[in-house]
Amino acid sequence: MSQNHSNKKTVVLGIACLLLLLATLLSVGLGSVQLSLWETMTTVLGQGTEANHTILWDIRIPRVFLALLIGANLAASGALLQAVMQNPLADPGLTGVSSGAAVTVLFIMLVVPGYSALIPLFAILGGGVAALMVYIWAWKKQGGFTPVRIILSGVAVNAVFGGVIGLLSILYSDKLPAALQWMNGSLSGKSMSDVLTILPYSVAGWIAALLCIRSANILRLGEQVAHNLGQNLNRLRFTLSLIAVYLAAISVSTVGLVGFVGLIVPHMARMLMGSDYRMNLPFGLVLGSLVLLVADTLGRTLFAPLEIPAGIVMAIVGGPYFLYLMRKGGQ
Amino acid sequence: MLHVQSLNINYGSKRIVNDFSLTIEEGEIVSIIGPNGSGKSTVLKAISRLIPCESGCVRIAGQLADSMSMKQLSRVMCMLCQSNSCPSDVTVEELVGYGRVPHKKWYERLDANDFEIVDWALQQTGMDSYRKRYLASLSGGEAQRAWIAMALAQKPKLLLLDEPTTYLDIAHQLDVLELVAKLNKELQLTVVMVLHDLNHASTYSDKICVIKDGDIRVFGKPQDVFTMELIRSVYGVDTEIQYTPDSKSPRIHVLKKAQ
Repeated sequence: MSQNHSNKKTVVLGIACLLLLLATLLSVGLGSVQLSLWETMTTVLGQGTEANHTILWDIRIPRVFLALLIGANLAASGALLQAVMQNPLADPGLTGVSSGAAVTVLFIMLVVPGYSALIPLFAILGGGVAALMVYIWAWKKQGGFTPVRIILSGVAVNAVFGGVIGLLSILYSDKLPAALQWMNGSLSGKSMSDVLTILPYSVAGWIAALLCIRSANILRLGEQVAHNLGQNLNRLRFTLSLIAVYLAAISVSTVGLVGFVGLIVPHMARMLMGSDYRMNLPFGLVLGSLVLLVADTLGRTLFAPLEIPAGIVMAIVGGPYFLYLMRKGGQ
Repeated sequence: MLHVQSLNINYGSKRIVNDFSLTIEEGEIVSIIGPNGSGKSTVLKAISRLIPCESGCVRIAGQLADSMSMKQLSRVMCMLCQSNSCPSDVTVEELVGYGRVPHKKWYERLDANDFEIVDWALQQTGMDSYRKRYLASLSGGEAQRAWIAMALAQKPKLLLLDEPTTYLDIAHQLDVLELVAKLNKELQLTVVMVLHDLNHASTYSDKICVIKDGDIRVFGKPQDVFTMELIRSVYGVDTEIQYTPDSKSPRIHVLKKAQ
């Protein structure tokens, strides 16, 4: 990489960080009670009115922080999976983690609503079990895991779980509205304690993802070269997938199903930063935060007082963008 | 250097390679030739453990390959496939640096010693002036040299090349083969390669291994291996063979399909 290029990339990374900071401050100020940038800052620093202080710390800041954490989690998860599959269309949902979590969460919400407190735990459990099923079925004694088998196995598992989701929605259609928020990935109604719960798990996941950078870079060279360089491909694919599933699972357990972040952000990161994971993975973390924060902020302000879950905004904006990437040749 | 004993390889239930044995001395260049589907590449892939074999064993420098970890194996042996793809924004220097991975723990970074070896590999392959170039911007022959530089950075004793000249024009084909011959002579690198061009095999190899239907037909020096009868029986093609008095490498002229 020439000096010139790496300078340019550092600038892009800097701009993204600045944008993220700006978006954070703006988003904290936006809502039914509008605060200017200045008011936001003084309130955060403890100089504002009592009412503003409450709105910020009890409602807006937790929500904004959550968007930052979840966005980064999903982006890292998607980047690792795209490295494993050597396929730019890979998405955390491919591993079954979303549909598995959705089945368990729907079951609790619709069938045994008394256990709602256990939803995050069971979301992780359901997602984990589904991902495990995908990888068990993808495993073959001769050849181990190959991307194609993981993808096919993921499609099959997702189909089954999707069917169960449909079945549950029909059988319990009267109670369905309660579950819609979760199914569409909403960040509303979260408190600072939700943020603090997921924070250490997220940071641990990011560190694990960053430690995989060299492995991801070697996988770029294709499986024969990676093999030739002494890499145990099965172990590599499994480890990276495990971290990706973990990151997706903790995200889904907190906010429900937010699609497209894990698919699109790694793409954007690659387009702006190149294929070297030393650059595009850290950048992807920042970009993931930014994208989800913007999506959530748009969702809660565009049609206020109605709130559009971030997952819906991502789907509506992300879908066309994804088609655009495909038309461009989807490198 | 390389001792292959009674290798049997199946794809599914179909036997592709049958009781394949071969001994290659240190510092030799051996070409494996044979018709399409004869099992040439399969043998190379099995030696490099890219595909499993039913039975048989491979020894490299006296050590049983199955008893070595992939990483240990990658320090003594390097295999390059006929076409390698990598992202368009990887530079030559970066690619060659990956050749040092087998010598590093997963958390270790490349150090001064590694960069020296990368420089050396670039010089050996004449790629020094291309080091900052993106791999995607190179011609086929230059790219092949970059991959060979990566292989050298691995510091292997044994280099396996699967059709290294397939997608190249005739001048670049010779470039690559000359480079292989040079590395063989100067670094005592043992080379096993799969080739299609009989004259290339004849010119650049110490020994030739002819395979058909997964069986070794002949193994020996070019002047002993290349006879009109052999080529007719293996390829079904009539040839004229010119034995130059000074050279050990007969020239093969292909005439027509045998009746």
